[in-house]
Amino acid sequence: MAGGTSLNIVKLEGVEKHFGAVRALDGVDFSIDQGECVGLVGHNGAGKSTLMNVLAGTLAPGAGRLVINGEEQRDYSPTRAKALGVRCVFQELSLCPNLTVAENARVFHAALTGLNWRKKAGRLILDKLDEIFPGHGVNPGDLIQDLSIGRRQMIEVARAFTATDEPVRLVILDEPTSSLDAHTAGQLLSFVRRVVAEGVSCVLISHLLGEILGNSDRIVVMRDGKAVASGQAKAFDREKLMAAMGGAEERKKKAAAASLAAARRGETPVCVRARPAGQKSEAQVVARQGEIIGLAGLAGHGQTDLLLDIFAAASRKQPGVEVTAPVALVAGDRQSDGVFPQWSILENIGVRSLRNLRDGLLISRRREEKLAEFWRDKIGIRTPDLSNNILSLSGGNQQKALFARALGSDARIILMDDPMRGVDVGTKLEVYDLIREEARAGRTFLWYTTETEELQNCDHVYIFRNGAIVADLARDALSEEKVIESSFEAG
Amino acid sequence: MNAALAKLFAKPWLWSFVGAFVVWLAAILFTGGYGAGGMVTAALALAVFTVIVGVGQMFVITLGPGNVDLSLPANIGLASAVAMKVMNGDDSLIAIGLLAALGCGLAIGIANYLLIWALRIPPIIATLSASFIIQSIDISYGRGLQIKPPPGFADFTNAQVFGVPILAILTILFTAGSAIALQRTIYGRSVLAIGQNIRAARLAGVKVAWTRFVTYALCGTLGGLNGALLAGYFRGANVDIGNEYLLASIAVVVIGGTSVAGGKANVPGIWGAALFLVLLLTMLNTFGVSAGVRLVMTGLIIVLVITAAGGEKAAR
Amino acid sequence: MTASALAARAAAPDVRRFKIRRILRALLPAFSLALVIAAIAYLNPRAISYFGFNLMLNLAIPIALATIAQMFVIAGNDLDLSIGSFVGFVGCVAATWLRDQPLIGGLTLVGCVLAYAALGALVYLRNLPSIVVTLGMSFVWQGLAILLLPKPGGRAPDWLLSFMSFKPPLVPFPIVAAILIALVAHIGLMRSSYGAILRGSGGNAAAISRAGWSLFKAKVVLFGLTGFFGVLSGLALIGITTSADANIGNGYTLLSIAGVILGGGEFVGGRVSPIGAVIGALTLAMAASPLLTFMRIPPDWQVAANGAILIIVLAARVLISQRGAER
Repeated sequence: MAGGTSLNIVKLEGVEKHFGAVRALDGVDFSIDQGECVGLVGHNGAGKSTLMNVLAGTLAPGAGRLVINGEEQRDYSPTRAKALGVRCVFQELSLCPNLTVAENARVFHAALTGLNWRKKAGRLILDKLDEIFPGHGVNPGDLIQDLSIGRRQMIEVARAFTATDEPVRLVILDEPTSSLDAHTAGQLLSFVRRVVAEGVSCVLISHLLGEILGNSDRIVVMRDGKAVASGQAKAFDREKLMAAMGGAEERKKKAAAASLAAARRGETPVCVRARPAGQKSEAQVVARQGEIIGLAGLAGHGQTDLLLDIFAAASRKQPGVEVTAPVALVAGDRQSDGVFPQWSILENIGVRSLRNLRDGLLISRRREEKLAEFWRDKIGIRTPDLSNNILSLSGGNQQKALFARALGSDARIILMDDPMRGVDVGTKLEVYDLIREEARAGRTFLWYTTETEELQNCDHVYIFRNGAIVADLARDALSEEKVIESSFEAG
Repeated sequence: MNAALAKLFAKPWLWSFVGAFVVWLAAILFTGGYGAGGMVTAALALAVFTVIVGVGQMFVITLGPGNVDLSLPANIGLASAVAMKVMNGDDSLIAIGLLAALGCGLAIGIANYLLIWALRIPPIIATLSASFIIQSIDISYGRGLQIKPPPGFADFTNAQVFGVPILAILTILFTAGSAIALQRTIYGRSVLAIGQNIRAARLAGVKVAWTRFVTYALCGTLGGLNGALLAGYFRGANVDIGNEYLLASIAVVVIGGTSVAGGKANVPGIWGAALFLVLLLTMLNTFGVSAGVRLVMTGLIIVLVITAAGGEKAAR
Repeated sequence: MTASALAARAAAPDVRRFKIRRILRALLPAFSLALVIAAIAYLNPRAISYFGFNLMLNLAIPIALATIAQMFVIAGNDLDLSIGSFVGFVGCVAATWLRDQPLIGGLTLVGCVLAYAALGALVYLRNLPSIVVTLGMSFVWQGLAILLLPKPGGRAPDWLLSFMSFKPPLVPFPIVAAILIALVAHIGLMRSSYGAILRGSGGNAAAISRAGWSLFKAKVVLFGLTGFFGVLSGLALIGITTSADANIGNGYTLLSIAGVILGGGEFVGGRVSPIGAVIGALTLAMAASPLLTFMRIPPDWQVAANGAILIIVLAARVLISQRGAER
């Protein structure tokens, strides 16, 4: 750990946070000293963002101690965090799109009042922007909604460093460079080094390992809701970081998955051809009947967009996408893309197959029940009664219902949008078996996943970065290192 | 006991029937039992008109936040004029007149959807703009219209069997059909799915645009039907004949247990709510309460009902 | 530094295009007003005079005030379906109590504003759809108005009458008043430091509460302001018509919503414009003015003119947005 001479700013001990059955944080210990830049790395869902939300006061921890400036915090809130000098730049931006740059600075600082507040706020944010991003091209009077996503991120970052009556002690930067080009990202990182030298503390979260290695004093690696490794940045290199993130024991599971019927690539007819909209080369995703195709890479790098394009192509022609059979989609973000919260499990399963459930003009309750019962037994949805509300199920079982919806339909191509998010291991293993069985029966799967080990179930894997395919791996060529290497940009 | 209560609370539309019964009891207690049956007959006869447009409005509101048809009053006014003009007081033209009114309503519904779709504006403002125009067409078209409905049509709209208006019987059959359509047809399921989560509905293969189109067209058609029936019942068309049905159609939908956030609809509740509102007026009338108190009571009850049922999750 | 200068220049056209689009959209309300005035000038040149404007914009002041009232709730992503009957009720209070017992009348009006604020609190705390709550309230206001004034009548206080018939030199009073209303609302909502918070609550409520502001207070203030401008609208209306009627304001609900939208406002996202809203109200007031009767537009089609203007402006807005989107 860092030298005992410097002043401790934040100390988290045994912090836990559960979302239903998912343990987002499973007893994390974490501390930051004054004038220290801590790099935080880990896979998607390792708990980084949850941890930072706890630190910013936007999520209350389920258990554990939170000490800031040597005081234990009990009624911790965003307001309290701000008063203590803790600032957070969230991944999803917290600017008001209908306000100007200056007005957004005003929203952040209650002290900016008086007749010429507009000028003061404009000056404040502009000075900071000039300091961090010289040549930024932003005017205080610009509306946020008119600015590019990159500029918005610059403003968001600059705003977090502005100070009026409250001090700036710790700034958390959650993927601060995700929308910045290389030049502005460099400006930001050198600014971070400057303020850290002046005594401000920073937490830097980034999937660009080079950024972390080059700018942090200390690095903490998270996995499965725990801080699994921590040490001086100098003690790490790319390989060590990846090893710490990826985990070695998972490799053992490979053997179990190896028994899948290796589809004979190139023998069955092609049923999907799709080129990502951001693809500059000729590379495209090709899926043949009966194959399980994996789409990998870091979250939000164009995999979901491609799935949605394929989905849309099934009903209306899309440029660059060819589909030859009916398509169904299994959503990963259950709440926003999948579940109909007012409906029973029964109705949630049947909605994709209404046409086939009809008996004459009306939907037959009996057929609907039969369909649901068949899939309940086959996929193992644990519920006393299928006419219970869908939300009475655990997250994993809700996800099974969504699988049942897609697999119970007439679709021959199943698109899966990271469907195992927040699903327990037992459920996962059951669903893997089912997917392989269905593929053997001739169904085609396109499977976007953020969990590298799941790719072991695929016949072929495409790795995405920045909206394009960057690697194309056959099953035998697949390895965890390869996936991580292609996903993380060298830099 | 608690479980039973919880179940009752879970079905807020039941309250509308309970409420209707309570106000009816209060009214007949006041009159000493006099006119108890007549009150029910009158209530059924008047509730019919609110129920017909209420069903249309229910399908629209169930499509989700922002969906509401503000053009109903203008639609009803115009359709009533069209029906009377086409029927021209002649019994043999009743069917054609009815069809004309339905067609007029259908055209308005389609126009509404075209505005929503082409201008990509919230339905509320699209139907509002449309209603301005329809209102003008009606004023111009229905100017000095003094045509009485054909006697056969007027008799039909006022006819009763054993104290039950024939229109009410037909409307009950219609609402039963609507309830089945809502739960047991692809269309109904699509409306419910879209209202709960339009994105999930699209991803589950629901035909979103088509369903919305049908819904607005249906609501318009029901408005047209209501216009013709009202003109028959009140013996003549009138520009203002539909005015009260803007607020009334929304009120019965909400009191009847349909969620304003969309995705949850209730057909029987519309009957309960319509009867409740009509009987509430009857009760207040028998108490000799003034029109002002009647309105205040109606308004407060709507606010109370929504507050009690409220706390729904904010629409996404 | 040359690299950064290059980067800035490279990104500039993008911002500029958005800006042009925004300015075009902002000018749309003024453009549609100019178009209506031009049409009137063409049909009847004599209308473009001090007297003509006074007549055409006769009811513009109360409509503008009601539109501003509506704009405040819309800024917070809500909608007020009761503003029309509320304006009617205020009118009835003005024509009765305010004249006979000024103290009671005044207190009632203050109570009205508080009632609106309380409504905002209810909507926020119970997370209610404002559209239904205000729908219920519209019955309440209407009922109260009928209780207060069962038959059309009453008389506005003399001070109100003389205020509303004020004839400033050169510029007709409705225009002076409209400018004043627009300025006050603009400064209050667009220029004041708390106004930014109010609009922000409609734009990104999570960000506002994350920054430590009370969304409850913002909602109460927005509804309270709606009540306040609703009261002003009712007073102005009675000052012009001299006597009241319980139904006098009924048309204002839809007119005020139309005015806000016509003025460039949107139902969600806290995007409203006070100046635009007042211009929108003027446009609607003119399109429905009694003067049109003397021209070639038959009175039957005055309401349609409102609808047509709405549709045309919205269509123009879609066109502008599409242009901007084609990159």
